[in-house]
This record gives sequence, C-alpha cells and structure tokens, in this order.
Amino acid sequence: MTTRRLLTLVGLALGPVLVLAVFFVLPVSAMIGRGFDEGPRAVLEVLGRPRTRRVVWFTVWSAGAATLVSVALGMPAAHVLHRLDVPGRSVVRSVLVVPFVLPTVVVGVAFRLLVRGTPLDGSALAIVAGLVFFNVAVVIRVVGAAWESLDARPGEAAAALGASPAQVFRTVTWPALRPAVVSAASVVFLFCATSYGVVLTLGGLRYSSVETEIYLLTTQLLDLQAAAALSIVQLLAITALIVVVGRLRRSPDPTTARRPNRARRPGRGDLPQVVATVVALALVVTPLLTLLAGSLREDGTWTLANYRRLRTVGDGNALLVPVTDALVTSLRTAVDATWMSLLLGGLIAVVVSRRSLSRAERGLRSTLDAFFMLPLGVSAVTLGFGFLLTLDTSSRLLVPIAQALVALPLVVRTLVPVLSGVDDRQRQAAASLGAGPLRTCATVDLPVVRRPLLVAAGFAFAVSLGEFGATSFLVRDEHPTLPVVIFQLIGRPGSENFGMALAASVVLAAATALVVLVVDRLGVRSLGAF
Amino acid sequence: MRYAPIVLGVAAALLTTSCSLVGDDDSGGDPAERVVLVTHESFVMSKDLQKQFEDESGFDLVVRAAGDAGALTNKLVLTKDDPTGDAVFGIDNTFGSRAIDEGVLAPYAADLPEGAEAYALEGDDDHDLTPVDTGNVCVNVDDGWFADHGIAEPQTLDDLAEPAYKDLFVTPGATTSSPGLAFLLTTIAAYGEDGWRDYWTRLLANGAEITQGWSDAYEVAFSQGGGGGDRPIVLSYDSSPAFTTDGEGGTTTSALLDTCFRQVEYAGVLAGADNPKGAEALVDFMLGHDFQAALPDAMYVFPVDGSVALPADWATFAKQPEHPYTVDPAEITANREAWLQQWSDLVSR
Repeated sequence: MTTRRLLTLVGLALGPVLVLAVFFVLPVSAMIGRGFDEGPRAVLEVLGRPRTRRVVWFTVWSAGAATLVSVALGMPAAHVLHRLDVPGRSVVRSVLVVPFVLPTVVVGVAFRLLVRGTPLDGSALAIVAGLVFFNVAVVIRVVGAAWESLDARPGEAAAALGASPAQVFRTVTWPALRPAVVSAASVVFLFCATSYGVVLTLGGLRYSSVETEIYLLTTQLLDLQAAAALSIVQLLAITALIVVVGRLRRSPDPTTARRPNRARRPGRGDLPQVVATVVALALVVTPLLTLLAGSLREDGTWTLANYRRLRTVGDGNALLVPVTDALVTSLRTAVDATWMSLLLGGLIAVVVSRRSLSRAERGLRSTLDAFFMLPLGVSAVTLGFGFLLTLDTSSRLLVPIAQALVALPLVVRTLVPVLSGVDDRQRQAAASLGAGPLRTCATVDLPVVRRPLLVAAGFAFAVSLGEFGATSFLVRDEHPTLPVVIFQLIGRPGSENFGMALAASVVLAAATALVVLVVDRLGVRSLGAF
Repeated sequence: MRYAPIVLGVAAALLTTSCSLVGDDDSGGDPAERVVLVTHESFVMSKDLQKQFEDESGFDLVVRAAGDAGALTNKLVLTKDDPTGDAVFGIDNTFGSRAIDEGVLAPYAADLPEGAEAYALEGDDDHDLTPVDTGNVCVNVDDGWFADHGIAEPQTLDDLAEPAYKDLFVTPGATTSSPGLAFLLTTIAAYGEDGWRDYWTRLLANGAEITQGWSDAYEVAFSQGGGGGDRPIVLSYDSSPAFTTDGEGGTTTSALLDTCFRQVEYAGVLAGADNPKGAEALVDFMLGHDFQAALPDAMYVFPVDGSVALPADWATFAKQPEHPYTVDPAEITANREAWLQQWSDLVSR
C-alpha cells in the first residue's frame, strides 16, 4: 500500500519535476557552475567580504519589514473585502492587484513623482513602501480566498458561548487561517528579497540588495564568482525560509470545514479593519492616480493624445511595433503562461497537500514542496543568462515557460492551504462508495479549490502580463511584450514617448484589473451554483 | 452541472493552448540563409530597412535584442563557444576591449565610409569591431530655468561642484546605466586616477542626486523632462537639445560641450558564426547610406559617415563637442571593476 502510494506520488510529480529540472535547475546550475571554474575558494572568499554581509543584511531587513507591513495591512483588508458586504468590493479587489503587474520602471517613476521633495525620497522607508505597494495584493488574495470559504459556524458558536471577537479570532479563526497567512507571507518575502527595480529606483542607488548586486556583478562586471556566491546565498536562504515556513504552517489538524458564506454587512466593530483597508487602498491608488493623471496631460492641458499614439510606433519610430500589437502579444503569452502554471501548479499542489502516511512520504512531499518554491528566490539575471547557456533561446515557448515558472510558486501556495484543509476521510468515503481517483478529485477536491483555482489563474495571468526580469532576457525584437515596450519608450528622449509610456502603463493596469475582475465574477457565480 | 467546470476548464485550455505560438515562426529555416543579429534593447531598425537588407543580401534577418551594452557583451563572452548569433551590434567603446580580449569576434575589415576611421577602437589592430555610430554623453542644462533665476549657466565639471549650483544636478548612476558609466569615465579622464574620487566627494557634498537610470534622471528629476522635475542640470546626450524644441525655432535646453565623453557603438562578426558571410553583409549594410541616415531618428546617435545629412532639428540643435573626453579602452577594461566598486562605495556611504 505504502509503496503504491509512493509510486503514485512520484508519478504525479514526475512531469512538473522534469519541467523544473530543464527550465530551472539546468540553467541556474550552469551559471553557478561558471563561477566555480576557478575552484570553490574564490567563491567562498566573496562570502567573507564586508560588502556581501552588508548587502545580505539590507535584503533581509527590508524584505522582512515589507512582509510584516503587507501582512498587517493585508489581513484586515482580506477580511473586509472577502467577508463583508461592502459596496464595490470586487472592483477594489481587482484594483489592488494592479501594482503587481506594473513594470517597476514605470511605478518607480509614478512613486518618485509623489515622494519628490519629501524626506521620503531616496530613503529606505520609500523602498519598504514600494515593496508593500507591489505585494500587499498577494496577502489580500491568498488570505482572502481561504477566509471566504471558512466555515463561520464554529466562530459563531464560540461567540454565542461568550467569547469576545478577539478570542474568537485567536482561538478559532487564526488557527484555520494560519497556513494561508504563512504561505502568503513567505511568497511576499521572496518577492521582496528578489526585487530589483524598487530598490534602485526608490533608493537612488544608496542601497544594494542581493538581487541588485547580482545584476551588477553579472551584467556589468562579469564577476561570475561573486555572482555565484550570492546566488548560493539566495538558494540557502530560500531553503532555510521554506523549512521555517513548513514548521509554522504545520498545524495539529489542518482539516477545515469549508462552505460558501454570505457576506455580512459591516458593523461598528469592523471599523479598525475598514480603516486598514482604506490605508492599503490609498497606498496602492495614489501612485496609480499619478500615473493616470500624467498619461492624460500634455503641455499643461488635459488630452487623450497619448492614448491615440498607442497605435503608432512612437516619436521618431521609437518602437518596432505599435503598443497595441505588444498588448496582443502580452495577452497571448499570458494565456499560455497561465495554463502552463495551472497545470504544473495543480499537480504539485495535489501531490504536496495529501496527508502522508509515513515519515519517508512526508519527507518526500515537503522536499517537493520546497523544490517548487525555488524559482521565486533566484535572481532573474541568473536564470536569464543560464537560459542562454543551456537552452535554444530562439524558441518562442521560452517566454511563457519562464513566466509560468515565476507564477508557479504563487499558484502552488494558493492551492495548497485549501487542499490540505480537505479532510482525507471525505476522499476515503468517496473511494469506498466506488468512486475512482478522478471522480473523487472532481467531487471532493474540485468544489473546494474551484475558487482558489480561479484566484491562482488570475494571479498567473497578472504575473505573466507584468513579468519583466526574465522576459527581458528572452523576448524577441519582433514580438515584444507590453512591459518591454514600456521600458523602451521610457528610456527614450522626447516628451511624447514619455507620455506614451505612461498611457501604455495605464492600459496594462486596466487590462489586468479587467482580467482579475472577470475572474472574480466567474468565481462568484460558480460558488452560487451549489 | 457538477462536471461543467471541468468541461469548461478543459475546453478553455484546449482553445487557448499555444496562443503565443500562433503566427509565423521565423526561428526555423536553413542557417545558411538567415543571419542572426545579437544586439542591445535600444536597437531600432525599421521594418523597411530590414526588408531592404534582406532584398539586397538575400539573407533573412533575425534580430535578438536584450539587455544593455554591458549585458550584451557579457552574454557574448559567456556564450562564445556556441554563439547565439552571427553578427553583433551595440558593443561600445567602454566594453569593446573586453569583447576583443575574450575572443568573441572574428576579424572583418569593412570598407569604412568617409570619416569613420577616426572612430575605430584604439588597440583593435585586427579589425574585430567596425564603428557604426557615435554620440556624446554631456551635462545638459535647462536654459529657461537659469534665465528665470538670474544665475549664470554652469560651463565645466568644476562648476557643478560650486555652491551656486547646490542641489541642482542629477545624474544616472555609473553601476546601473551606461551614460552614468560614461560620466564616471569623464571625471576620470578630467581629474585623473588620483583626483576623481575627490571630485565626486565634492559633487556629492554639493547635493548631486544619483538615480538608477537615464529616464529616472531626465524624465523625473530634470526640470525639462516629462515628469516636470525640479533639477535644471542633468546628465544626458549631446543630441538631447534636439528633442526639447519649443516650436518657435528654438530649444529649451543645451548641452555643455566641455563636459562630454565620446561613446562609439560597434558592429562585428561573431567568432564561430554559422553564417559569417551574412554577418559581413550586415556589417556592410550598417555602414551604407540608408542605415547611417536613419540612425539619428532611430537610435538618437550620429552616423560615423560624415557625408550623411542630419535631420533638420539635429543640424540646428544637436551640437557635437570638438574635444570630448576619452579613456583608453584597455585601461577601462583593466580598471572597470575597481572604479565601479570605489564609486559605489562613495555613493552609498
């Protein structure tokens, strides 16, 4: 029995493992291997440099602070937007995801236009605010998805027995939510720790993180030993993080009863949470409004001229294809990246979330779980250069695959908490009543993950639309994606090109918000169907 | 009903599968009939010019553009045993000698147009690199701002460190931007190996702002940039004034011609290319009149062919310095890491 379980486990995991081996392990180890060409001593020497220590420390504390703030703002917002019946909540939910896809070069501009002249400009605080701006949506959506379908009755029962709201939260809600919160926080931490543009644009080069240092070492200095040393630091850090997170996430009884809930009207007791939501919303919306306003202005007057230019190739033929073509390329690529990451992520989530019967099995599952988190923590430049060394970069499939890899951990982290919450006895009951494995999956697991699956799809789509780091190493001149085009526009002189870049960013933001909104609507309807 | 979501999901997956693969795929074809150009992200060659090259040479052109000049060069060094293309465009004079030393290129002595010989890379005796375009990185000023404030415009590098110009200058960083690196080299050429750190200390003490890239400096912080910033002195190019015309026959900015560093961009044939003949044809095409004439509009640089007419705004407003600063390419390659490390320590202090 155990052997058979293990074999099934291995069989299910084989596909995703192979994909990750070819498109991640191989390229990254090729790059790190180059660093070891002159022996391990040179690499180890880099780790002892004071500069390396400084860079690592800054990365850890800035990403840690940004994660804490994201969770502090995101938890109440998740409650308000997913459990309370507040007007326009689905619109607000989709707006909050927008920063997640905007290229940092544009958001950096929008952010800096805001903070210029204040003491915030160029400070570490601005970097943390920028990181929160980009990542608070992850907490809201991952936690919100878990919270939404959480059975409200145990909490109500506790309240009826005299527990205060705080007690209900601490003893009933929090234990059920903890896996989702820890998942979201770990993903946010990795995103923050590997952020490139935010640190440089908002910090004005005064701060270096591990990621910016790897860029400098690889693309400018060709100091592959030092880059390899820092890549190893990144890998070790992710591994450590995953071990810690695995401990934190483990709860004595992961099973939770899930059922659709009717959102209730907000009461007076919800005020602090509503305030936190408003703060999160303000943090996200203000830079976006700056962006929107900038895109609508030219020579001091309000105009749509920048939007009309999106069908052109820019002032002085700045682009090869009109922005509208790039948008189509982006949407097509995103569709591919989405189904790829859902397919792989779904398999991984199923494998990882089943209860283990033996130590060996548990070990295998948690190793797999950790393995698929790796792409989040490794520098895009290492992966991009590694692709060049090991793969045929002329293949057009590489871009969606690279984007799917970036989205994969997010998909897995969205699905796993919910899937582990399913009581295995339900599956056993279905099986003993004669259902095959597929039927069991369709009747027991699918109804529970349908909503998180949609959330994950929205995420994957958004990540793919906005992905710039790895894409910029792979994308072909004839078929650039929208973020690549925006980057080209903003790097060229001429105020028309600048205006076009802002307008193109607004279009990217609107496209994302629309997709997320539609996905949300779909989810709500199907929830009502049972 | 229970199966509806599965059916829908499978149908949707099937419908959209390989969406991004729809359309012509130009990655195939006989390697002998196509020429692959590896270049940086700022490369622009209009569809018309690409077609013209294909018609004239009989080769299909495939362009692979990614990264900046530094990333491009380092990428070529890493893949030199199995190059990802046939020809390269965009290695500049700050990275040229690394590319040559690493054996990335195959010699090709193209027939240079009039005046182009002056831009050949120092020490490139085998003709590995062919100069295609040139431009200068110069400090730019907002003329109107200085007129309004009744302050004389700065002229020299030294002026930028004067109290009269406190908190007015913004420049992209040397570690994250190629014009930024060029400005660092300007100061090294001007003040020498012993003096540049001292100059930067004075510059930073005078409130110079360092940004990540050119767009952060010009579009956000510069008072004539798209974002309407508050700093009237910025590091940009000698051609930038041609893009700030006021519509009344003038321009609102000017380049300080005593603060310039000359950048030259090169093309070359990659060693071990599948199609060296095609690569040579492409290098020749880049030296031809039509490609040279399109350079100012396409990439904001000057053609190396002195006989090519410039666009009207360029002829009027884009003044080139007569004696820009230069640093020996071999010296750059030898010292780049140390200089950038020292610069970085000065800035992040």
